[in-house]
Amino acid sequence: MITNFERIFNFAVTDFRRNKGSNIAAIFVLVVTILLATGLLMFQGMANHIISEIQNKIDITAYFKEGTGEENILSVKDEITNLSPDIKSVTYVSEAQALQEFNEKHQGNESLARAIEEVGGNPFLSSLNIVTTGKTSQYENISNILQSDKYKGLIEKVDFSQKRDIIEKVFSITSNVNKFGIGLGIFMMVIAILVVLNTIKLTVDNSKDEISTMKIVGASDWFVRGPFVIQGAIYGVIAFAISFAISLIAVYLFSSKISLIMPGFFAFKYFISNIIIFILVQLGFGIFLGIISSFIVIRRYLKV
Amino acid sequence: MISFKKVTKIYDPDTTVLQDVSFDVAGGEFVSIVGKSGAGKTTLIRMIMGLEKPTSGQVMFGDLSVGDATLPELQGMRRQIGSIFQDYRLFATKTVYENVAYILEVEGKENDEINTEVPKVLETIGLKHRADNFPRELSGGEQQRLAIARALINQPKVILADEPTGNLDPYNSYEVISLLEKINKTGKTVILLTHDRAVVNKLGKRVITLEDGKMIRDEKEGKFII
Repeated sequence: MITNFERIFNFAVTDFRRNKGSNIAAIFVLVVTILLATGLLMFQGMANHIISEIQNKIDITAYFKEGTGEENILSVKDEITNLSPDIKSVTYVSEAQALQEFNEKHQGNESLARAIEEVGGNPFLSSLNIVTTGKTSQYENISNILQSDKYKGLIEKVDFSQKRDIIEKVFSITSNVNKFGIGLGIFMMVIAILVVLNTIKLTVDNSKDEISTMKIVGASDWFVRGPFVIQGAIYGVIAFAISFAISLIAVYLFSSKISLIMPGFFAFKYFISNIIIFILVQLGFGIFLGIISSFIVIRRYLKV
Repeated sequence: MISFKKVTKIYDPDTTVLQDVSFDVAGGEFVSIVGKSGAGKTTLIRMIMGLEKPTSGQVMFGDLSVGDATLPELQGMRRQIGSIFQDYRLFATKTVYENVAYILEVEGKENDEINTEVPKVLETIGLKHRADNFPRELSGGEQQRLAIARALINQPKVILADEPTGNLDPYNSYEVISLLEKINKTGKTVILLTHDRAVVNKLGKRVITLEDGKMIRDEKEGKFII
């Protein structure tokens, strides 16, 4: 058993060394496929970043009645925060803070400053900004809770209904982007896999007469198939090493340019912090495709 | 050793390549099978190797019905047959040494035995100095001798030679046939498929003649008559 495995392994390594031309073609196609998978993974990271950025900008605000004590507001804040794990953040903005933010935002706008002066005092109300991880229905639930009798005495208004359309539109866009990304990814991967299969088929085709001779001299299916499958794995490992080096260098070189287009997204940092996933995807993809393609292609020639 | 019992082979839809063929080959016999192209010689030899199944009738290898054999039984049977082909069918990416060693490796022989046996056979066949060459670096005669070395290395009971002199000049043809005669003298059964009238007539051994898929002659010391 061990002797047989050793022989199969040696055949694979020797054949690999002696068929450089077709090996290079198979490895090249695998590299392209792995890089495509890597690109899709990177694209997913970028899409998630954009979606999360947009989602963070969507909130509902509960405005408290004038004169509501801070301890009451903070107690509502605690209650809302503990309401559901889908609540990402609840931020308390006091009347003074709201005025300050308004002034900072509209610095130099004299007509607005004059309007504030005419109103006299601070026209802003204390508020809670609530951001969730989820869909419109989650915002709706929170809005309903905040408008229930329990909080009627404290809360002046909740601005959900005005934002409802925007929230729905944003979530519909992000969900469509996700669906489109997955669909496109699957489509491209299927094409890539078919190309890999055909390239490895061409490699094995060169040996079809030898395969039939091996069977005629009494070799078992595994004795014939083994070297091809191991060669498939060797293609995968080499293709992984090349793809990993290319993606590492490319991400390093383009990271700053990507950050310019997508502020807050650092491609190299993302790559490094997810390096295990990238390695597993690239290595797994390379070896799996190499082995499976060889396995499938050689099957038809073994029927001797 | 090998028996054909009323063997008929029809390819779809209705091409009959062998019709009601029956004969026995005893252990240690030398049998030439002759016939024009399309007479059914190659189908006959493919049936012995289990590459084709008879449409009706039975091909026996010892006690084994080849058409009904399982894959492991076929593998075991094929290891008892040394095959030599007109186009040599050598392993192009293996050296001369590796081509011969492969047969013993298939059988799971130990490396020590392989390292002893292969050089011996290469010496006998006159290819020891070519051990590290690839088949494409050999002449036609050398390639056929290598094919014979490969067929002999595991001491098979039967040698099936399908037009082994088809691509060779008269000198190399003579050499190959002499080798087959020598092999036969060691007690091995040799089945030779050939077009070569001179070879068959010189041998003076048993000749089975096929014509249009039918066996029309089976003579103990036959001649090439078509």
